[in-house]
Amino acid sequence: MLALLIVLFIFVPVIKTATSSSPTTLWDTLRESEVYTSILLTMCAGLIATGVGLVLGVPLAYLLARHDFRGKRIFEGLIDVPIVIPHSAAGIALLFVFGRQFFFGKLFGHMGITFVDTLAGVVIAMMFVSVPFLIDSARDGFKAVDVRLEKVARTLGASPWRVFFRITLPLAWRSIFSGSVMMWARAVSEFGAVLILAYHVPFFGEHPTVAPILVADRFACFGLDYAGPVAVLVILISLVAFVVLRSVALRGEKT
Amino acid sequence: MIAIRGLKVDLGGFLLQDINLSVEPGEYFILLGPTGAGKTVLLEAIAGLHPLLDGSISVDGAEVTRLKPEKRGIGIVYQDQVLFPHMSVEQNIAFGLKSTKCPREEIATRVRRMAELIGITDLLARDPTTLSGGEKQKVALARALVTEPRVLMLDEPLSALDPETKENLQHELAEVHRRLKVTMIHVTHDFEEAIAVGDRVAVINEGRIAQVGTPEDVLRRPNSEFVARFALSRNVFTGQAMEASNGHVTVDIGHVSVEAISQAHGPVHVSLRPEDIFISASPLQSTARNSFQGTITDVGDRGAVVHVTVSVPPEFICLVTRQSFAELELRKGVEVWITFKASAVHVF
Repeated sequence: MLALLIVLFIFVPVIKTATSSSPTTLWDTLRESEVYTSILLTMCAGLIATGVGLVLGVPLAYLLARHDFRGKRIFEGLIDVPIVIPHSAAGIALLFVFGRQFFFGKLFGHMGITFVDTLAGVVIAMMFVSVPFLIDSARDGFKAVDVRLEKVARTLGASPWRVFFRITLPLAWRSIFSGSVMMWARAVSEFGAVLILAYHVPFFGEHPTVAPILVADRFACFGLDYAGPVAVLVILISLVAFVVLRSVALRGEKT
Repeated sequence: MIAIRGLKVDLGGFLLQDINLSVEPGEYFILLGPTGAGKTVLLEAIAGLHPLLDGSISVDGAEVTRLKPEKRGIGIVYQDQVLFPHMSVEQNIAFGLKSTKCPREEIATRVRRMAELIGITDLLARDPTTLSGGEKQKVALARALVTEPRVLMLDEPLSALDPETKENLQHELAEVHRRLKVTMIHVTHDFEEAIAVGDRVAVINEGRIAQVGTPEDVLRRPNSEFVARFALSRNVFTGQAMEASNGHVTVDIGHVSVEAISQAHGPVHVSLRPEDIFISASPLQSTARNSFQGTITDVGDRGAVVHVTVSVPPEFICLVTRQSFAELELRKGVEVWITFKASAVHVF
């Protein structure tokens, strides 16, 4: 009974919103340049964040799965901190580090990359709040690979690189993939951190904001009728992408 | 040949130390010890999978201490479940050859030849997750052997198998050893397995080597109480060696004195294997020096044999066949005589 309540609590609002607008309204909304550039920006930034997260997070996840060191527990806890802090506060924290007058901001500034109100800013804000999902999932995936498989492979003459790419990665990829899906899903729904760091960003000649902010903006300025269709579009696109990716991950599990 | 000198490995709280061993070329060497004695760690250290705190390892006269595992030519076969699950049996066996950049045609030939030798040709296309325990172990064996390692190390290769498969594979291992003449180091906690397959045995306990010798040495001439008990010498006593004459010594083990062949003097241990004690209903007419009357206090059925505990006191554990057990009508409370030769008593 309680289980049913929570299921209804999750599904009813999603389904109610998803079916609240007529297809024509949705189509018209999608054709607005402000809307489609916003959605495109959100998806692209989410993908870039996930890509960077993969490159930087997977080696760390492997390290955490295979090596014990003093303070590992605390370190693992620190990685999960972005999940528990309010995301607007995370945005402020990022601004302190990546703002133009601060160390990293200056460092990247010399390379021609700035973060405040740019695509790069959207990406790091998304990455900060979502990469823990990828790291945790990839770490668990690596942990599930019997370390003796790697040891046997070494004694058979394989270098550490070959062992990683031929044994460990193929056996852990499913966890890494589903972690990536979780990360991407979390990234594209980010609001707070992006709002602080990169509100409107130059993107294909427009200055869109990410979709979750667009929904909030329209609601605040024009009310529910105006925000509704955008919310529906965002929900539908996220859901479809999520379901497709999850099913790919699950299909891999069966074989 | 493998020579290990003063090897020391720290495994965060567990120390493997003072390991000195030499394994002859083509020898079937056993590392025997209880669970947690450090046997697997020692194997992995030899293979280069654990950093050494101290000591050196050389194979065929060349030092390999600082060599990476993939350069040592030392193969490993684990207990079970360690085939690469995302590859077919054939790909599993070919993995090592592919890693060493062997030409493709040669890989195919060598994989096939090894599969024939081990008798798994019909398994080559199979998915390893569908194999039985014995089949998996044969594939693991083929996978290690196909790279022609200088040393093959087996970590409890038979422990996860049912008795029949275990016996078959044991023969298979002996056969492979005979045909390929590869040096083998076989880890086990099973004393009988060690006796059955090994040329020589090293008993290892709490990270140190307790004794090295032939199976006969470990069986008949244990050098410590631990080895004696681990080798299933169920009768181990502490005692005092008294006067010795003509190589014979009398050892007071409390309540009774036993005669043994030894030159020992002072506080000693005495061990006596249960199968070396005869049980009879009346005193036995024989040349055996030791004969005592006692009462049966316990009977343990072990299938083919029966363990009978006779309190003289002290208590002696004797092993009788099921047939003698029935003929002598042995049961708790019955008075019997136990008899054993002085040469059956080992003093250390």
